[in-house]
Amino acid sequence: MNLTLKVWRQKNASDTGRLVTYEAKNIIPDMSFLEMLDVVNEELMQKGEEPIAFDSDCREGICGTCSMVVNGTPHGGMKGTTVCQCHMRHFKDGDVIIIEPWRARAFPVLRDLVTDRSSFDRIIQAGGFVSVNTGGTPDGNAIPVPKTDADVAMDAAACIGCGACVAACKNASAMLFVAAKVSHLANLPQGRVERERRAIAMINQMDSEGFGNCTVTGSCEAVCPKEVSLDFIAQLNREYGKAILKNRMERKLAGGG
Amino acid sequence: MINLLKNLFCSSLGKKFIMAASGCVLFLFVVGHCVGNLQVFLGPEAINRYGAFLQGLEELLWPVRITLVTLVILHFWSASRLTLENRAARPVAYAEWNPTVASYASRTMFVGGSVIGCFIVYHILHYTALVNVGGGNFTSSAQFEWTNEHGEKIHDIYKMLIVGFSVKWWVSIFYIVAVGLLSLHVSHGAKAMLQSLGLKSKSYDPAVRCFAAAVAAFLFVGYSSIPLAIMLGFLK
Ligand code: HEM
Ligand code: FES
Repeated sequence: MNLTLKVWRQKNASDTGRLVTYEAKNIIPDMSFLEMLDVVNEELMQKGEEPIAFDSDCREGICGTCSMVVNGTPHGGMKGTTVCQCHMRHFKDGDVIIIEPWRARAFPVLRDLVTDRSSFDRIIQAGGFVSVNTGGTPDGNAIPVPKTDADVAMDAAACIGCGACVAACKNASAMLFVAAKVSHLANLPQGRVERERRAIAMINQMDSEGFGNCTVTGSCEAVCPKEVSLDFIAQLNREYGKAILKNRMERKLAGGG
Repeated sequence: MINLLKNLFCSSLGKKFIMAASGCVLFLFVVGHCVGNLQVFLGPEAINRYGAFLQGLEELLWPVRITLVTLVILHFWSASRLTLENRAARPVAYAEWNPTVASYASRTMFVGGSVIGCFIVYHILHYTALVNVGGGNFTSSAQFEWTNEHGEKIHDIYKMLIVGFSVKWWVSIFYIVAVGLLSLHVSHGAKAMLQSLGLKSKSYDPAVRCFAAAVAAFLFVGYSSIPLAIMLGFLK
């Protein structure tokens, strides 16, 4: 099949960037979206042109590195699918496909479709540690975890930190990401110890990175490749509300972990 | 305490709490106000007695008014701060953007809310302060006097409504448009406030959706029926 691509090209962070049109010829429907771009890049390189820069790593939907907005929808709009797992059979011969990077102040474009998502790393760092006792290896079941709690924590932990939630949100809000990380630990006994301090610290960091605010549109959940639920945002709101009432940032940590 | 206030007024989630909590009380108010107003269909006796009853609650009237105005101000303040932050969060727009499941109501909360805000000011000038903003010589309040069954002279709300909605057609249209926007706002707001206050969960999401849609429909039908009935001559 043959396609027309309109791809965002931007030399570096200070370049203004523009959409450039390319023809993608002889694309096999079984190719993934990224493989289709590989084919286009191959051709560009043969012509001596600069290939389209995009992020990818595992190409099996588990690392969260791939990141591009396809026709206005992050990851291409297949339910629960990263763009690396989105296949060309979902497109038709002759389609025009617009490809853009994640757009958010907190994710500056470095080049073409590659953005700097280290704001997510700083939010994780702000979350701090989980108290674990040193010493001998603890028995596997020493801390009882109810199955339902473990399941909920696992659903939150499914977040691969790709940033599609931010890209899809009309406000470029990172709430679904932060909610997944806060809820993941707050639902487990190991993470419960620091839950309040963690909620406040991660929200403060989220705010200072310049993400927008949640207005409960549900777009984040709709595009999340791991289908992380909006319920976790409700949990984050609860966690944060309780934490500021208890004023947990005030208590100083004595002597570290 | 200082920290709590700082977190509430400065953090993103704190401002969302303010917006949701103020929105929640305003929500209860607009539902109650609508039910109260519908008594106009029971005739002058009923609505005028209701009005006199509210006016008679002297110890409560001003505290309630001040609370409501404060809540509107807090709601508008947090909404505008959050909206400015949201716009700043995406400096470069997408060439193509698909709102996926984001509803029309959810995308027009600030614009719709601002029109509602202007409407609130107009409405208070019109029927509370009796400023002449809609025709009908409202400033001479002597024309709105009603003698109740005990022979007391009370405010004739019924006549005031009839005059207010029949002198200039555009007044009624403005009211109908404004309550339309209000019900759109509430159709999203009723769901959003539960989420912002951390009270929502998938297990009763369908019930919350039905509730929000039902209340929004009730508000629109309830509120717009009054100017509509007067314009069409059903109430005289
Ligand atoms: C002064 C005019 C108003 C403005 C500018 C305004 C603006 C807004 C905005 C921008 C939101 C956030 C939307 C979101 O988070 O998705 C909101 C939420 C809300 N508004 Fe208003 N609004 C106004 C008046 C009202 C009134 C009169 C009511 C009463 C029914 C109301 C009830 C709500 C509710 C319940 C919410 C949900 C709170 C939340 O998001 O958690 N608003 N408003
Ligand atoms: S490249 Fe790893 S998730 Fe797509």
